[in-house]
Amino acid sequence: MATSSTEVPSGPTAPAGPAHLTPGDRVGLLRAMLLMRAVEARAMNLYRQGKVPGSFYDGFGQEAVSVGAAWAMSAADRLCVLHRDLGAHLVRGVDPATILSQYMGREAGVTGGRDGNVHFGDRRTGCVGMTSMLPDMMLVATGMAMAFKLRGEARCALTWFGDGSTSRGDFHEAMNWAGVQRLPVIFVLENNQFAYSTPTHLQYAVDPIERAAGYGFPGVSVDGNDAEAVFEATREARERAIAGGGPTLIEAVTMRMHGHGAHDDMKYVPKALVEEWRKKDPIDRQSARVAALGHDVDALREEVRAQVEQATEVALAGPMPDPATATDRVFHPRDGEEILLEDGAAPWSGFGATS
Amino acid sequence: MTEMTYLRAISDGLRTEMRSDERVLLMGEDIGVFGGAFKVTDGFFDEFGASRVMDTPLAESAIIGTAIGAAVVGMRPVCEMQFADFVACGFDQLVNTAAKMYYRQDLPVNITVRLPSGGGFSGGPFHSQNPESWFMHAPGVKVVAPSTAEDAKGLIIASMRDPNPVVYMEHKHLYRRVKGEVPEGSYETPFRARVAREGEDLVVIAYGAMVHTALEATADLAGASVMVLDLRSLKPLDEEAILGAVRHCSKVVIVDEANETCAAGAQVAALIAEHAFEDLDGPVVRVATPDCPIPFSPPLEAAVLPSVDRVREACRQLIEY
Repeated sequence: MATSSTEVPSGPTAPAGPAHLTPGDRVGLLRAMLLMRAVEARAMNLYRQGKVPGSFYDGFGQEAVSVGAAWAMSAADRLCVLHRDLGAHLVRGVDPATILSQYMGREAGVTGGRDGNVHFGDRRTGCVGMTSMLPDMMLVATGMAMAFKLRGEARCALTWFGDGSTSRGDFHEAMNWAGVQRLPVIFVLENNQFAYSTPTHLQYAVDPIERAAGYGFPGVSVDGNDAEAVFEATREARERAIAGGGPTLIEAVTMRMHGHGAHDDMKYVPKALVEEWRKKDPIDRQSARVAALGHDVDALREEVRAQVEQATEVALAGPMPDPATATDRVFHPRDGEEILLEDGAAPWSGFGATS
Repeated sequence: MTEMTYLRAISDGLRTEMRSDERVLLMGEDIGVFGGAFKVTDGFFDEFGASRVMDTPLAESAIIGTAIGAAVVGMRPVCEMQFADFVACGFDQLVNTAAKMYYRQDLPVNITVRLPSGGGFSGGPFHSQNPESWFMHAPGVKVVAPSTAEDAKGLIIASMRDPNPVVYMEHKHLYRRVKGEVPEGSYETPFRARVAREGEDLVVIAYGAMVHTALEATADLAGASVMVLDLRSLKPLDEEAILGAVRHCSKVVIVDEANETCAAGAQVAALIAEHAFEDLDGPVVRVATPDCPIPFSPPLEAAVLPSVDRVREACRQLIEY
């Protein structure tokens, strides 16, 4: 029982803007996507210079999925963010210098060098960092939503996961649990066509969006390269969740434009497929819309570029962590303060923010 | 003080904490209306309602995974695995998500996972295991294992109040077999070892059901004075108490009901070898279940689980050494 998303303007010539996005929101979506791409491009450069240990993983071409969905979430909502979803961290208020420090394993990184890449969540922004067993986070998000419902709070949890995650048992356990308890949780399936080198036809026989009906809640497929479409689908899902309507599965159809990690030359992906998706670049699409509003996109790009350069300088100047601290903080002290997730930034105008 | 069984003491601890802390939430299979496979939560549904005594889908990964999510937004979930063996289905959430959350992102995960463990009643290979060492090997998880009714209550309360993931090993064979005086109201048992019996000539180090086996085996050992040390906490291990007891007695027998390789007792033996070698008057002796699945049929099961006779014989030989 898959349903399609409501119509949203799909090009720069759309006569009227989408109902729930102000011009400021539309610029804000573009700015967050530009920032994600610029931070990741800079980090890839640092990786090639040997300043990022391990490998490097990015979400090039998928910026609309994390930015669009995060834009619809309130400060009190909670998010489980995956490794292609840097945009969500930026929307929630994590500073680019902190992110670049994180990539380089520096003390000022979100995890202080204890974990790498986008394997982080800044608890001060209401985000839980992923584990590498990605659909694990579907259950964590479901548990947050369970607590919200038990306490009668008008809040919602959201988690991203990939096409590969749909094969794991935790995908089923989370979807089933959320359906049984009608929880305020949004599952965003970021379908980027490949789980490392494995294409979706080797991953599932039935489109995962069709499975939502089997768990008793709606599945909505959207263009994952359209930030405004992803936002609108998430906004509707959130509204339903807060009203007691239960979970929603959103499939954001997109394409992984880079290798799984910087070490992966992606030769298993047909070049024609990449070329086809390059024409659907989410930043180009949003740039055209913003330009049509009369906004100076080039100036915005320059502003973002300068911000990332400055953040890079800050990150490079920061120290590496002290080896003597490697075994510290395995356990929280019994008499320590209670530490919970805190509210993050919620820039959508619908929550009263002015972009 | 009230006399009650080990099982009722667990219930009493859960109930006491639930009455004083609204954040405590019980989750598990058949724990609500039915009161749990062993009746630990009998009557809880009526007192606390379906939302705090939650009958969950049959999905261990989901029980632990959702508990983690609830914990980081302010709840204190207590997960019941119907049998300790079933925690294997939730292993990843516990050792990867919960255990490392604080280390990686400064976010403590206050969950307690109750594991009804142990054999001795023909439970067979999937209802008899003692998987405590799986979690001792996962940094970020604490592991406790009470042997008495008083400690069963005090340790479950302390586990719920500990801000970290705690695996609470409750031995099924002690549920109704062990009774004791239990203080009324709320109290905590520290995650430290306890001297179950003072002694001079030899110390038996054990935990859970094996404390009772050790006490019985050494009650009358040809006049020898045998100390029994009840570990109570396996992670962290009370190294001071272990080394102190070995220095005091100079001979040590370590008993595990778990399979021998890498069991809790193996860590205790390593600790003694490393830090108390000069204090020993004999080899470190271990008694444990051999490395085989726990068989179903009574004579087969009895052949593998450490018995009173096996422990007694090990002690007798070491004293004569």
